[in-house]
Amino acid sequence: MIRDVTHHYGSKRALHEMSWSADGGQITCVLGPNGAGKTSIMEMAEGLRRPESGQVRVLGDDPWDASPDHRARVGVMLQDGGLPGGAKPLRFLAHFAQLYGRTDQLEPLVEALGIRDFETTSLRRLSGGQRQRVALAAALIGRPDVAFLDEPSAGLDPHARLDVWDLIRDARDRGCAVIVTTHSFEEAERLADRVVVVAAGSVAAQGTADEISHHQGSRGLEDAYFSLTRPAGRHQV
Amino acid sequence: MTTSQASPSMRPTGTAARARSQARFETHTLLANGEQLVVSIVLPAMALVAMALTTSPSLGAGRRIDLVMPGVLALAIVSTAFTGQAIATGFDRRYGVLRLFGVTPLGRSGLLAGKAAAVLVVVVVQTIILAIIGLAMGWNPDVTGIALAIVFALLGCWAWVALALLLAGALRAEAVLAVANLIWVLLAAVGGLLFPTDRMPSGVADVVRLLPSGALGDGLRAALTDHDGRLLLPLVVLVAWGCVATVLTARTFKWSD
Repeated sequence: MIRDVTHHYGSKRALHEMSWSADGGQITCVLGPNGAGKTSIMEMAEGLRRPESGQVRVLGDDPWDASPDHRARVGVMLQDGGLPGGAKPLRFLAHFAQLYGRTDQLEPLVEALGIRDFETTSLRRLSGGQRQRVALAAALIGRPDVAFLDEPSAGLDPHARLDVWDLIRDARDRGCAVIVTTHSFEEAERLADRVVVVAAGSVAAQGTADEISHHQGSRGLEDAYFSLTRPAGRHQV
Repeated sequence: MTTSQASPSMRPTGTAARARSQARFETHTLLANGEQLVVSIVLPAMALVAMALTTSPSLGAGRRIDLVMPGVLALAIVSTAFTGQAIATGFDRRYGVLRLFGVTPLGRSGLLAGKAAAVLVVVVVQTIILAIIGLAMGWNPDVTGIALAIVFALLGCWAWVALALLLAGALRAEAVLAVANLIWVLLAAVGGLLFPTDRMPSGVADVVRLLPSGALGDGLRAALTDHDGRLLLPLVVLVAWGCVATVLTARTFKWSD
């Protein structure tokens, strides 16, 4: 639950009274242009950043000073990966499985994401798409109750993207609240149970993709997105 | 965001078990890193052989190998606890590794505990390897000083890891790489690690004795040779550097660029 969160970086306002929530057993896609505040609010929900004002609660706790038991129920995929370059994928994921007490999840995720194909290559030598797959496996390896996935399909080829979507749906179907940031309308339309459109640090619209389109009088989510997020003074040509 | 019940499928893992797993992971990553091995083991071993087989510069009264070995052990500790750890942590910070591990059940304190434990394991491994080479070359340490030497080694690890984190938490990764390597070269040459401070010009020696490098080198030399009462100053200097560096690191460390 995000309520009235405001935050500045220096004199620049990044978030302004942002409020939205996500429920278990649903995929919530957060859409917005670069600099809209998607990553900032995700970092606050992950416990990486403390909001200046407002309230962030995840599983009922303040993520900033959450306990290890709380963090064991939360999966995180960062935009910049966070993978230790010197390690190899299986060793890294086996270690993560240990941290979350879910060593049984290693093999299924490795198989589902095709990580065996590059298991002997160190993480720093993997392609962007391969690193994305390892980072997603790390986020889901604890079978979390809440998963924050920052652009999980960025850089993936179409087949790998379908595999990733299947895994995200699996997590949703077992009750996980999955929060995904994306720039892809296709991803939001095909994946999301609920969409939150953010612009200039605030929520511009939220609801199902159909609800948002209907409310904006648009033909689809893409049209609605552009009418909601077009900066003042910039006109459609 | 959601308030669901605790997952029944979750298997609780204790804080200590997570820190141990992190220590194993960090140790494996350190030992699998070729550049780290060169700095931690190969260069100190080369310094040991080169200094033991030459006669200049003079290291003072006593068997040369007995004076060389403590200095090489001090150099190895600085290599692992400072140079290696600063560079590794600097790049971990750059690539978001610290952020990701910090939001796992391990947490930031567990991450730091794992890194510290990994440094201790690598120091033990390098000490064993260097000791074997030293013993093969005739090293004959004062066994009554081994407990004291372990105290100095632990204090040295603490002070130098704290300094490594201070550096890695303040500068960008490329700057950490350059500064950490430069400091290693300077300390090896004139920092009191390999060469006893009592063989330096008095003004220089007075300064170097107050550095954590001089204190570690002199402390290990005193412990493993005659331990004739020159132990107090190095002990106090290492504790002081450890305390100051720990406090500064706790106040200034940035977990991301």
